[in-house]
Amino acid sequence: MFDVIIIGAGVTGAAAAWGLARFQGKVCVLEKAEDVCCGTSKANSGIVHAGFDAIPGTRKAYYNIEGSRMMEQLCKNLKVPYQRCGALVVCDDLNFSQGLEELYQKGIANGVEGLEIITDQKRLRELEPNISPGAAAALYAPTSAVVCPFELNLAMAEQAKQQGTEFYFNTEVQEIEAMEGGYRLETSRGRFESRYVVNAAGVYADYFHNMVSEKKIHITPRKGEYCLLDKGTGSHVFHTIFALPDKMGKGVLVTPTAHGNLLLGPTATDIENREGVGTTAEGLEKVMADSAHHVRDIPVRQVITSFAGLRAHEDGDDFIIGEPKDAPGFYDCAGIESPGLTSAPAIGKEAAEVIAKALCLKENPDFSELRKGQVHLSELTLEEQRELIRKDPAYGNIICRCETISEGEIRDALRSPLGAKSLDGVKRRTRAGMGRCQGGFCSPRVMELIARERGISQEEVTKAGGNSKVILAVTKEGTRE
Amino acid sequence: MKTYDIVIVGGGPAGLAAAVAAKEQGIDKILILERDAELGGILNQCIHNGFGLHTFQEELTGPEYAGRFIDQVKELGIPYLLHTMVLHIDHRKRVTYVNQQDGMCQIQAKSLILAMGCRERSRGALNIPGYRPAGIFSAGTAQRLVNMEGYLPGKKVVILGSGDIGLIMARRMTLEGAQVEAVAELMPYSGGLKRNIVQCLDDFQIPLLLSHTVVRIEGKERLRSVTLAQVGQDRKPIPGTERTYECDTLLLSVGLVPENELSRETGMKMNPVTAGPVVDEKLSTDIRGIFACGNVLHVHDLVDYVSEEAGAAGKNAAEYVKRDHDQPEEGKTAPYEFEQEPGESAPIEIVVRGGVRYTVPALIHARPPKEDVTIRFRVGNVYRNCYVAVYVDEERILRRKKQIMAPGEMETVVVKKELLTGQTQTVTVCIEEA
Amino acid sequence: MEIRKLTCIGCPMGCALSVTMEGKEVKSIEGYTCKRGKDYAAKEVTNPRRIVTSTVRISQGVLPVVSVKTKEDIPKEKILDCMHALDGIQVTAPVRIGDVIIDDIAGTGVALVATKNVEAS
Repeated sequence: MFDVIIIGAGVTGAAAAWGLARFQGKVCVLEKAEDVCCGTSKANSGIVHAGFDAIPGTRKAYYNIEGSRMMEQLCKNLKVPYQRCGALVVCDDLNFSQGLEELYQKGIANGVEGLEIITDQKRLRELEPNISPGAAAALYAPTSAVVCPFELNLAMAEQAKQQGTEFYFNTEVQEIEAMEGGYRLETSRGRFESRYVVNAAGVYADYFHNMVSEKKIHITPRKGEYCLLDKGTGSHVFHTIFALPDKMGKGVLVTPTAHGNLLLGPTATDIENREGVGTTAEGLEKVMADSAHHVRDIPVRQVITSFAGLRAHEDGDDFIIGEPKDAPGFYDCAGIESPGLTSAPAIGKEAAEVIAKALCLKENPDFSELRKGQVHLSELTLEEQRELIRKDPAYGNIICRCETISEGEIRDALRSPLGAKSLDGVKRRTRAGMGRCQGGFCSPRVMELIARERGISQEEVTKAGGNSKVILAVTKEGTRE
Repeated sequence: MKTYDIVIVGGGPAGLAAAVAAKEQGIDKILILERDAELGGILNQCIHNGFGLHTFQEELTGPEYAGRFIDQVKELGIPYLLHTMVLHIDHRKRVTYVNQQDGMCQIQAKSLILAMGCRERSRGALNIPGYRPAGIFSAGTAQRLVNMEGYLPGKKVVILGSGDIGLIMARRMTLEGAQVEAVAELMPYSGGLKRNIVQCLDDFQIPLLLSHTVVRIEGKERLRSVTLAQVGQDRKPIPGTERTYECDTLLLSVGLVPENELSRETGMKMNPVTAGPVVDEKLSTDIRGIFACGNVLHVHDLVDYVSEEAGAAGKNAAEYVKRDHDQPEEGKTAPYEFEQEPGESAPIEIVVRGGVRYTVPALIHARPPKEDVTIRFRVGNVYRNCYVAVYVDEERILRRKKQIMAPGEMETVVVKKELLTGQTQTVTVCIEEA
Repeated sequence: MEIRKLTCIGCPMGCALSVTMEGKEVKSIEGYTCKRGKDYAAKEVTNPRRIVTSTVRISQGVLPVVSVKTKEDIPKEKILDCMHALDGIQVTAPVRIGDVIIDDIAGTGVALVATKNVEAS
């Protein structure tokens, strides 16, 4: 019997686990994928939204502001790449600048600090030289930031793991039913029982909610497609550049990432398939066309990859947080679409506090706000690099050329508390394979390291768990040792 | 900081040939920096034959061809470091590298030869829509897995792109028991050598679908199918021509990109067409003492030409060192200019016209040059029964009939040194109709 | 009279060859630029042959496989037999370029030789 079971190891589930790690309790996370950060959390804009977009009084507005305020210190504590680059919402026609004014007023009502409408062309172009020549005015939000979504998700999960939270991967929840003093979960790994359940199941959160509550909710996967440009292109813009939002969301943005890439996207298309993360020719064309509308001369030849993510859009257009009246002990974190990444720490922290109070969990004296984190060779000074390699030559063996990632870093990612198991797991933790050659050179070598560290053969190595084996056979089978 | 006369970044065919040539000119303090576990570069995985007909007058496999140069490097006692990654170079020719023995190291070169080669364009660079399952490889990655590691990436294969590596891998995978369903090529002509279409596709009845591309990729975990469609003259898919191939593997052979991330750090002038540095007839970049050769300069079709070009770069770097040039002044940054030797005229650019996409070199410095100038170039389309012509100012000095020219093949013309004088204003390379 | 169009595979130039045949007899060959082309054309229409390149497993080496080739070309129809024969061969490192792995591969009378130096691990 667990005190709390969290369904989903995305950023919201990880935040709930991190929040609960401050208390003494028996907590586990059930995740259907092979790793943390495998759904919406791995395919989004990586923006810490300032909070001017959400309608005042909504849960989105509340958690966005709270999350945005927490994020900088949290990232410092957890060693997560974070940059407060600010955002500009661009409008090309002064006649439509009432849209900016509305955003500004919403932002003020939500408590966003530092907002300003810029109509001075000179200042606008000083702030953002590559903004489109047609840009007439912009809302400036200096508190907007970018964060590495993988690392944030992983860091919070790791902190929980260090405090004894159990993680069950490849574990799909199939049924949930209320029982005396809690819930019983049937999963692909057998039965789990818990006093509390946190529903952080992303695009599947409505399934689980509807298993326990009569007040039904409905989530639509809203696909967003992106293009990512090579490292170094991030300096093409200094801020996250938005167009004016419409009813489908904030539109295609152009932003530097926390690692210095340039990211374009997302589109917004409602789809049926909750696993439908394929990109489309039309979608990618729209990303290119829309981003060219508000930023000029985007170096499109330097696109290195494209991807799609699914937003969990609930019909009510707001986050659903807390326990349904008819399902006490079942804590929803549902409909977590943008600004979900920003909001996650606030959602998780509050969920933990509510649950700890309800279950009378004591504070955990061992909890540390600080994460040791991994070594990142490229972030060290020359002297530090020398010292590190002298002590451990594995850091002197560069595996990923494009991102300069060493054997030591990949080994660490495989051995860390929630170690990587697949090529994609290594990629999200170390960036090996995330660069311009997209793993062309390094993937055979990373496979070798995965096989060595996990004690498996290279043929068993997967791209992303499950049936995603990279190699299907060996040559000269007859003479294999 | 240790100082070397010549530091060569890359121990593939270009780096090896450059090293040998420099050593033969009497330069001893040479260092080759190679990131892989052995010298030879990509040739180590190119186990097919067809290399060396020009250089050695015999047909060798890739490892054999590399072996010839590796033997020379070893016999000449040229120092090299393996497992060594160059992280930075700067315009003052300081090189930062890392390996397990020396850790993070900085060295000073009097002359630097860039020989980093190229990489394959990835799926992302083409923005092919669809899912991102396992089973999508660049042809070169698959080649490494099959030829050096003994793995077969998949059993039912579609190949996009008819570049040579794609064609070679079609045969290779077939020989190892995989079924290659088709090779699709976006363009109306193949990007690979004609001989490879015969002996890699025709020999095994593998269809080559020209003017086709991938429009859909299915499979959440491992690739399940690829949908190809015919494209029109605008290279956009024609609705209704889609055909789905069940397969577990998609290989991409869709072009090579010179690996110039290090070069760009120096601020040197780059050619947007080749994606390599702009060089003069000595293969010198616009930063004095930094030379470039091989696929980092422009993507070659034959390794024999890489060796030839790199030999010239090595020789020129040696001469540069022997003249004992000073380092560029501290703080000097881009834009640089090709500096003139005493008595030299201003460099002239080689003009390209009529289907010629670029030339290497892009400009000629010394007039008369010390040696005849070898000009390599590629054309942008397929030309039949045309002429390659070279003009010095208004005068046509060379006209050579070509039965066929294609973008996949590199062309070469040689301009005699005595034709280039101080009065010469332009050199033009063009394609002329019959 | 029959005219067969071929692409020479003798070298990367890929000359377009045209062979005039009368029955099984070669009457004339055109389009070649060197002797290799002429020889190739004559062989290709009567007895097509190919060099086969592949790998064999190697034990105790720094790599699990070593690249090999048939020392000369073998009949085209023997290619797959040759491949099958390779799947039973195991060599032990070190191996040097030119080392004969098999004297006669798949009954062709042609030797299989190593094309790469693989050191012992």
